[in-house]
Amino acid sequence: MSSWRTRLLPPLLAIVFAVILTAIALIISGADPLQAYGTMIGQLFKGSTAVDTVNLATVYYLSGLAVAIGFQMNLFNIGVEGQYRFAAIVTAIIGGALRLPPVIHVLAILVVAVASGMLYAAIPAVLKVTRGVSEVISTIMLNAIVGGIVAFLVNADQFGVQTGNNIATREIAETGRIPGIPILSGELFGFVFIAALIGAAYWFMLNRTRFGFELKASGESTTAAAAGGVNAKKMTLIAMLLSGGVAGLVAMPELLGRDFSYGITSTQMYGFTGIAVALLGRNHPAGIALGALLWAFLDRSAVSLEQINVSKEIATIMQGVIVLSVVIAYEIVRRADLAAEQRRVGRALAGKGSSVSEGGAV
Amino acid sequence: MSAPQPAVQLTGITKRFPGVVANSDVNLTVAKGEVHAVCGENGAGKSTLMKILYGMQQPDEGDIAINGEPVKLRNPQDAINAGIGMVHQHFMLADNLTVGENVFLGAEKLHGIGRAARAKLAELAGRVGLHARPDALLEELGVADRQRVEIVKVLYRGARIIILDEPTAVLVPQEVEALFETVRAMKKDGFTFLFISHKLDEVRAIADTVTVIRRGTTVGTADPKTITSRQLAEMMVGSELPSPETRESTVTDRPVLRLDDVCLRVEGSERNVLDHISFTVHAGEVLGIAGVEGNGQTELVETIMGMRKGGGRIELTEADGEVVELHKLGTLARREAGIGYIAEDRTRHSLLLTQPLWVNRILGYQTREPVAKGQLLDIVGAREDTRRIVAQYDVRTPGIDVPAAALSGGNQQKLIVGRELSGDPVLLIASHPTRGVDVGAQALIWEQIRRARAAGLAVLLVSADLDELIGLSDTIQVMLRGRLVGEADPATVTPQELGSAMTGASESEEGVA
Amino acid sequence: MTTNVLSPDTSGATMPVKPPKRRIPGWLKGAIWGLLAVGVLAIASYATGVNTLTSTNTAHTALRLALPILLCALGGLWAERAGVINIGLEGMMILGTWGAAWGAYHGGVWAGLISAVVFGALGGLLHAVATVTFNVNHIVSGVAINLLGLGVAKYLANLVFTPLSGNPRQSPPVPKFDTYSATFLSDWLSDLERMQRVFVSDLAGILNGLVTEVAPLTMIAIALVPLSYLVLWRTRFGLRLRSCGENPVAAESLGVNVYLHKYVAMIISGGLAGMGGASLVLLAGGADYLENQTNNRGYIGLAAMIFGNWRPGGLLGGAALFGYADGLQLAGGGTAVLALLYGAVILLAVLVAVQLFRRQWIASALGVVGAGLLYAIYWTNDDLPSDLIPYTAHFVTLIVLAVASQRLRPPKADGALYRRGED
Repeated sequence: MSSWRTRLLPPLLAIVFAVILTAIALIISGADPLQAYGTMIGQLFKGSTAVDTVNLATVYYLSGLAVAIGFQMNLFNIGVEGQYRFAAIVTAIIGGALRLPPVIHVLAILVVAVASGMLYAAIPAVLKVTRGVSEVISTIMLNAIVGGIVAFLVNADQFGVQTGNNIATREIAETGRIPGIPILSGELFGFVFIAALIGAAYWFMLNRTRFGFELKASGESTTAAAAGGVNAKKMTLIAMLLSGGVAGLVAMPELLGRDFSYGITSTQMYGFTGIAVALLGRNHPAGIALGALLWAFLDRSAVSLEQINVSKEIATIMQGVIVLSVVIAYEIVRRADLAAEQRRVGRALAGKGSSVSEGGAV
Repeated sequence: MSAPQPAVQLTGITKRFPGVVANSDVNLTVAKGEVHAVCGENGAGKSTLMKILYGMQQPDEGDIAINGEPVKLRNPQDAINAGIGMVHQHFMLADNLTVGENVFLGAEKLHGIGRAARAKLAELAGRVGLHARPDALLEELGVADRQRVEIVKVLYRGARIIILDEPTAVLVPQEVEALFETVRAMKKDGFTFLFISHKLDEVRAIADTVTVIRRGTTVGTADPKTITSRQLAEMMVGSELPSPETRESTVTDRPVLRLDDVCLRVEGSERNVLDHISFTVHAGEVLGIAGVEGNGQTELVETIMGMRKGGGRIELTEADGEVVELHKLGTLARREAGIGYIAEDRTRHSLLLTQPLWVNRILGYQTREPVAKGQLLDIVGAREDTRRIVAQYDVRTPGIDVPAAALSGGNQQKLIVGRELSGDPVLLIASHPTRGVDVGAQALIWEQIRRARAAGLAVLLVSADLDELIGLSDTIQVMLRGRLVGEADPATVTPQELGSAMTGASESEEGVA
Repeated sequence: MTTNVLSPDTSGATMPVKPPKRRIPGWLKGAIWGLLAVGVLAIASYATGVNTLTSTNTAHTALRLALPILLCALGGLWAERAGVINIGLEGMMILGTWGAAWGAYHGGVWAGLISAVVFGALGGLLHAVATVTFNVNHIVSGVAINLLGLGVAKYLANLVFTPLSGNPRQSPPVPKFDTYSATFLSDWLSDLERMQRVFVSDLAGILNGLVTEVAPLTMIAIALVPLSYLVLWRTRFGLRLRSCGENPVAAESLGVNVYLHKYVAMIISGGLAGMGGASLVLLAGGADYLENQTNNRGYIGLAAMIFGNWRPGGLLGGAALFGYADGLQLAGGGTAVLALLYGAVILLAVLVAVQLFRRQWIASALGVVGAGLLYAIYWTNDDLPSDLIPYTAHFVTLIVLAVASQRLRPPKADGALYRRGED
C-alpha cells in the first residue's frame, strides 16, 4: 500500500515547513534567512565539510537504526544515548589495553562494543519484562547515570590517562584502528561501509525473516501478535538487546577512525539524534540514511552561521520542528490515503463479480 | 379521537460513507408511548440510523421531527435536550469511576454531583431495580446491573424517548424478561421505546410495531402480533434463510482434543473463571459450547490457545496418534501442532489491519510452509497461497495487496477461515465465527466448516447464536460460571431448554447482592 | 410499578458485589509511612553517626529539589488523568526555566513565575495539538517537544541573555523569592535538634527544614497537591476530565467535549511543568537560568507519579522520596549516601519480616539478597565515588520503580489515540 508518495511526501512537507518556520524566527531576530541558508549550503563546498557531513551521518545512521529496531514494536529505546556511551567508554578502555594482530584487534573491539551496548540495554529490558517498569523512564535514568560512570572510569585513578589538559582513556593502538579514505580535503571514515552493511542487514531482518515479521506484528497489534503465537516478552527482550547492540556501535566510527580514545569531553547526544532520524526516516533503512545525512548537514553547516552573526541554535530549532512536523505530516498523509483507499475498494467492488485480479501497487 | 403527534418521525434519511451507502431514504414513524422495534440483519443500517437519531452522525439528506417539531440533532447534547436517550449495545461506562460518577457525567448541571444528585439517582435506581451503592466502582457490577446503570443514565437526563440498541445481546432469558417488565411498566408512564434487535422472538414479545430495514432502506412496517417470525425474517433477508441443518453424522471415536480438569483463576479473585473443565472432542465432531457471554467461554478458548495459563491438562492427538501435551507449550507451538483458531474479535486477534492480505496470511504461520522456510519468510509462497484462499473462499477484494481494513467484515472473516483451515489442522477452534458477518459469508463459512468436519476435522465451536450452535454441532455442552453444567443433543433440544440450562434456572443460587 | 427480578441476580455471569472495604484515609496512611521513614533514618543516623541524614540543611535542600519533581509529577497527573501521556515535561520545564529568568529579570519574581507558567503552557499546547488534533503517538510527540524545548530555550538564551551576561549558557543573575520562616516553631525545633535525642531530634531536624526559609512558591506548589485532588475528584470539571482518560467514547456520547478537556489538561500540565522550571530558577540557593539545569527531573517527576499510582497524595510521597535522595547527596555528599544505604538495609529488613509473615518466600529471599548486597557496599566503603553521587536520585528512581510495582491503576484510556466519532 505504501507508495513513494506516502513515503516521501511527509518528510518533504516537514522540511519545507521547518524551513519556513525558522525563516520567520530568523527574520524576527533580525537576520536574513536567505543569507543564512545560503551560508549553510555554501559551507558544504568548503574544505572538508562534505566529508565531515558523511562521517557524522554514519554515526547518526547507526543511532537511527538502533532506535528504529525498537520503534518497530512501539518500544521506545530512548536509552540509545546511554548505551552508546557506555559501550564507548568500555570499548575504549578494553581496546586500548588489548594487544592483538590488525584485523582481529578491530573485530575484538567491535564485539566488545556490541556486547557492552547489549549489557546496558539488558537492564531496562529485564526491568520491563519482569517488573513492567516503563522503558521510557528506566532508559532515561540510565542515560543520566552513564555520565557518572564515564566520569568515574575516566578518572586518573581508574583508567584515565592524562594528555595535556585532557583526560581520556589510553589510545587504541594502530592495529585496532579503521583506516579512512582521503577524499577532497578530508578523510572518509572506513566505517561507512560497515554501517551500510548493517543497514542492509536491518532491512533483511525486517522484511525477510520470521523475527522481523513478529517484530512488526507486535508493533501493530499486540493482541493479534499474541494470538498469532508471538511471545511478547521474548520479543521485547530480543528487540531491546538488538537495539542496544547496534547502539554500541554508534561511537565506533569516531573512536576507531579519528579519536582513538574516549573522555569526558567526547561527543554526546548522538542517541537523541537517532530518535529524530528514525522518525524522519520512518524506520526504513534508506529513509534513515537520508535523514541522517540531513541532520549531519544541519549540524555541520550550522557552525558557519556564526560568521554572519546568526545563532547556530537555529539548526537545533529546525531539527525540533522537523521532528514534530514529520510525525504530524505522516498522520495527515495516512488519513488521506486511507480515505482514498476505502473509496477505491468501494468503487472496485460495486457491481464487480467475484473474480479477483492481481492487485496493483497502490 | 385525533391522532396525537408521533414521538419520532424520520423522513427520507440518507447517509453515505466512503464506499458504502449506510441509509437510503429511510422513513420511520414512532407513536408516543409505544415500543417500536427496528429490525434488520447485521450491516443493514440500523446502527447508523440510531446514531443519526442520537446526534452522533448527521444525515446527508432527510428530516427529523420529535413530537411534531422539526429538529436538527448536531450532537448527542441536542438529542438529550430533545428528550432522546440511548442505551448503547456496548455500554458506555468507565470502569474506574463510580456508579454515581458514571450517571452524573455530562449532566452535572441538572442536579449537581452531591446530595441532590444522589437522591435522584436512588429514586431512579429503585425504578429500574438497580441495587448498587452510588460509590461502588463500576467494575464491580455485573452485566445486567451495568445495563440498569445505562438506563438510569438515560432517565436521569430526562429522556422520554429511549433507544435500546440490541439490549438483550448479553442477557440471559430471565434477565431479558426482567428488562421487558421494566419497559412495560415505563410504557404505562408514557415513555416511548425504540427497540433495535435482530432477535425475532423478542421483537414479537415486546414490540407494538416493527419496522424492517434491509440494505440501508425501509422494507416495511408490520404488527408483530399478526406476522409470523418466518415472514419477518424474509422481510429482513429478502432471500432464503440459511438453514444450519446438518446431514449425516461424521463423528468418529478418535479423540483429538482432551481437556482434563482445567482451571483458571483470575488475579485478585477467588473465583475460578474456569472450574475443573473436562471434555473431549473427537475427529469429525463439532462440539458446541453454549452459554451466556461472560461465563468463561472466552477464557476457555484463550487457555486452550495458550494465551492464558491455567492448571490442568490439555492434550492434542495428532493424525498419527502422537499425543502432544499442549499445556506445556506456548501459543506458537500449539498452532504448529495443528490448531486453527478463528478468534471472536477478528480486528483484535486475527488481523493486522493496516497490512496487506498476503502479510495477514503469514500471521500465525510464520514458521511453516508455504509462507516460511525456517527462519526466513517465503514471500512468493505467501502471495500464491493468499490468491488461492481468495479464490477458494470467495473473498471479495480487488487484490491481495489491499490492507485488511479495507475489506468488509464478512470478507475478512472468509479470509481468516481460509487461512486457519489451510494449515491442514486437526482441530479448529471457532469462536463466534459468523459474528458481524453478512448472510452470504455466513453460509459459506458454515459450508467450509462442515466440509472440513466431514474430512475428519475436530471443531470446538463457541457461539451465542443458538441457531448456529444447534445447526452445526454434533454435541452441545453448556457452560455456566466456568463449569460445564450439562449436555444437550442438538437434534432434540429447543432454544428455550438450552436457555434455561444456560442460566442455571434449575440450580439453587447463592444470593448475590 | 415495581420491576421484578425473578431471583436476585439470576445470571450466573454476574460477579458478586464486593463488600465495601474499610479503608484507612489516605492522609493517615501517608503520615504513618512518613513516620516510619523518619524512624528508619533516625536509626541509621544513630548507628552510622551521620547527622546529615536528618539535619535541617538536608531537609531544606531536599524540599527545594523536590519541588521541580513534584510540579512535574502534578503536570504528569493532570495530563494522564485526561488520557494523554506527557513525556515532554522535561522540555516544558526547560521552557519554564527560560521564561522564569527572562520574566524575573525584567519584572521581578512574580513576573518570572507567571512567565514560566506561560512558557510551559505553550509547550503543553503544542503537545495537545500534536496528540489530540493530529493523533500523533504520545511518546513520539513528547520526545519531539523535549528536543524543541531545549533548542528554543538555547536559541532564546543566546539571543537574549548573551548581551546581558556574556554567556549564552547562563542568564544574568535574577531576583529570587523572599523566604519566610515560622520563627517560633523553628527555634523550638532547632533546640530539639540540638539535643541529639534519637528520633525526636531527627524528626525535629526534618520538620525544621520544612518550616524555615520557605518561599511562597514552595507553599503554592505544595498547596497545589490537595487543590488538584479537590478539582479532579470533587468538581464537575474534574469528573469530565477524568472521564476523558477512562472512556473517552462514553464521555463524548454524554456530551463531554473530549478534545476541549484534553487541551485544557495539557495546558495545565505544561503550566505546572513550567512552574517546576521556575522553582529551579527563582528559589534562593538555586541557579539562575543555566543550561542543562533540569537534569532529567521531568522524568523523575513521571516516575513519582507512577509510584504514587496516579493519585495526588501518592505522588507527593514519590516526590518527597526522590527529592530527599537528591537533597541528601547535595547536602551530605558521599558519606550521607552511604548512611542512606544503611537505612535502606534496615527498611529492607522490616519488609522482609513482613513478607515472611505473609509467607511470601521468594520475595523475602530477594529482599535478603538485596539487603546483603547493600550492606556489603556500605561496609566496604568509606565514601562513594564522587562522580556517581550526583546521580543518587536517578539510582533511587530506578530501584524504587523496579521494586515497588504494586497494583498499578493507570487511567484506562491513558495514551490511547482518540478520534471523535469513532467507536
